[in-house]
Amino acid sequence: MSGELRKGRKGRLNYGTIYTLPIVVWFTVFFLVPLLVIVLFSFLEADIDGGVLPRFTAAAFAGLWKPRILKLFVNTVWVSLASTALTIAMALPCAYYMARSRNKTLLLILVIVPFWTNFIIRIFAWKSILEANGVVNSALVGLGLVANPLQLEHNWIAVIVINVYTYLTYAILPLFSTIEKFDFTLLEAARDLGATKMQAIFRVLLPNVRAGIVTAVFFTFIPLLGSFVVQQLIGTKDMYMLGNEINDNIYKYFDWPTAYALAVVLMLLANAGLLFVMRSDRRQAKVQAARRVDDPDGLSPDQSGRKAGASGTMVALGAGAGGAE
Amino acid sequence: MKGATIGINGITKSFGSFEALKGVSLDIREGEFFSLLGPSGCGKTTLLRIIGGFEEPGGGSVEIDGRDVLPLPPNMRFANTVFQNYALFPHLTVYENVAFPLRLKKTKRKSLDELVMHYLRLVELEAHAEKMPSMLSGGQKQRVAIARALINQPSVLLLDEPLSALDAKLRHHMLMELDSIHDRVGITFIYVTHDQAEALSVSDRIAVMNHGKVLQVGTPRDIYESPSTSFVAQFIGEMNMIAGVMESENGRWYVADSEGMGRVAVADPKGFRVGDRVTLTIRPERLRISPRGRPTPGADANAFEGEVDESIYSGFLSKYYVRLASGKVLRVFRQHDEQGAGEEIAWNDKVRVSWNPRDAFIIGEEAEG
Repeated sequence: MSGELRKGRKGRLNYGTIYTLPIVVWFTVFFLVPLLVIVLFSFLEADIDGGVLPRFTAAAFAGLWKPRILKLFVNTVWVSLASTALTIAMALPCAYYMARSRNKTLLLILVIVPFWTNFIIRIFAWKSILEANGVVNSALVGLGLVANPLQLEHNWIAVIVINVYTYLTYAILPLFSTIEKFDFTLLEAARDLGATKMQAIFRVLLPNVRAGIVTAVFFTFIPLLGSFVVQQLIGTKDMYMLGNEINDNIYKYFDWPTAYALAVVLMLLANAGLLFVMRSDRRQAKVQAARRVDDPDGLSPDQSGRKAGASGTMVALGAGAGGAE
Repeated sequence: MKGATIGINGITKSFGSFEALKGVSLDIREGEFFSLLGPSGCGKTTLLRIIGGFEEPGGGSVEIDGRDVLPLPPNMRFANTVFQNYALFPHLTVYENVAFPLRLKKTKRKSLDELVMHYLRLVELEAHAEKMPSMLSGGQKQRVAIARALINQPSVLLLDEPLSALDAKLRHHMLMELDSIHDRVGITFIYVTHDQAEALSVSDRIAVMNHGKVLQVGTPRDIYESPSTSFVAQFIGEMNMIAGVMESENGRWYVADSEGMGRVAVADPKGFRVGDRVTLTIRPERLRISPRGRPTPGADANAFEGEVDESIYSGFLSKYYVRLASGKVLRVFRQHDEQGAGEEIAWNDKVRVSWNPRDAFIIGEEAEG
């Protein structure tokens, strides 16, 4: 996304470059500048009632090194990983079914419908399902299956279930669009050559929709890293993650530098996963480039994996910058 | 490797209300190059997919070497398929594509390497082993697909219009290559095509299909020279068809009332009797054409006068559409050999068309279906 205007062959301006200008300006003003502000403020001193004092210090980062924050860090990582794994595991068969269905449009609409309602409202809907006199418990008690209402809220399972519910659509959409382009005769070919159904899926389908899986993981894992609303409304204080701590530092403790330092940590965390994926992609590209040496006319290999990496970068930076919610 | 015999008995298949196969039975011999030939929608690909295990028939049975294979999933059959679009795995190299079946079987590294290189050499691709499929030409992709299908050492190779994506020249070359691979591996090939020239040039036997039925099974020569139905006659090459009624006089047979052509002599009544409505079929290249007034070379038993409606020069032969006095148009192909060298025949010329009765065949009028 470089802003320079390249000259075309006959000295004409390359209009493609001009068309990208608005988004370059937009990202600079509304994305890059706030990002720099976050990094800058994380190295300043806290003012007593919010805001910062113009004195450089690494105190905010040093203050993160305590058991309470480490526990939040561990919570953040494992809840995000577990929720992401479950989300992808559920989204894959769903996207596969949608891609092979005759009613693609209808199914797509059904998947998107929840987005027509505000996220917070949907969390409260979950509350009314799970709470002591909620839908599930009323049914269970009414049917005489349990004597007293079960505790369905305020536990890890509830938090993870709602996380999965929230991000399922984000995972299904990129997976659907990749699987839809997949040539299903490849599965028949695999079966023909001796693969069982499962072998065909793991050895042929999944490697060929890798780009979709990578995108789905980014769209799920990275926003989850910064999430805080579900823990606050459905979980308990024990289930708080870094996102909650950022929120508390801004609104409760008025400690902006600590909030910003946490945001920087989240950003680094998100980008660590991203770098890992991009490096393995680059290794692949290198292997393919080496192969191409014998055959200069060869078609360029599929680069969608790297595109997925690029879109992931946006999400990663976004997650760090403000928390997804 | 050894070829298998394939017995197909009364296979039916419907997609919704569409009957794709209406009771197809075939006996395919060991090591045979057997073609299923027919227009698109005739059921040939569906039949192949049933043999391969990708479709379940509504009824009937498929036996490979006497063993009922319908209950078996595709990965358990002794048949491998070369798919129409090659279906190469885009994420694997040529080598790994061919090695795929062996990796599933956890073949030891050394014998895996030997086998893969053996089959890559068979299709002359050993130099391209490390390329990705996207870097190959159509013909190379086709050869990878063949090597990959053969490496499991199946007793039957199923080929679903494998050449349809190639250009004409390459198609001919690959066809000859397929033929030579068939000779070398000796297994049974079942080859689906809509191209009659392909089927005629490589098959041991051909089954001509239409509307979910097998119309005729025979050697390419049988199919071409004595088609059993008018559909087969017209689908394979070009054909003149003359409808009429069987007649007999002094031990000789004729087709009379034949579209204004009077009586046409016939060599072999093929069991039809006097009064039967039949169609006389004769290939355009069996007709002889000469300027009117000159003697026609060869037998003159059937000779008719007409006028050239259209003449098309097409390289090694010329095609003439000759309108007879009755209005009937006959197609005549004349090869540009020494025989006809001196006599140019052009549009509007008055000509004589004749043929030897032995070159024409009779089919029943409603033999279709």
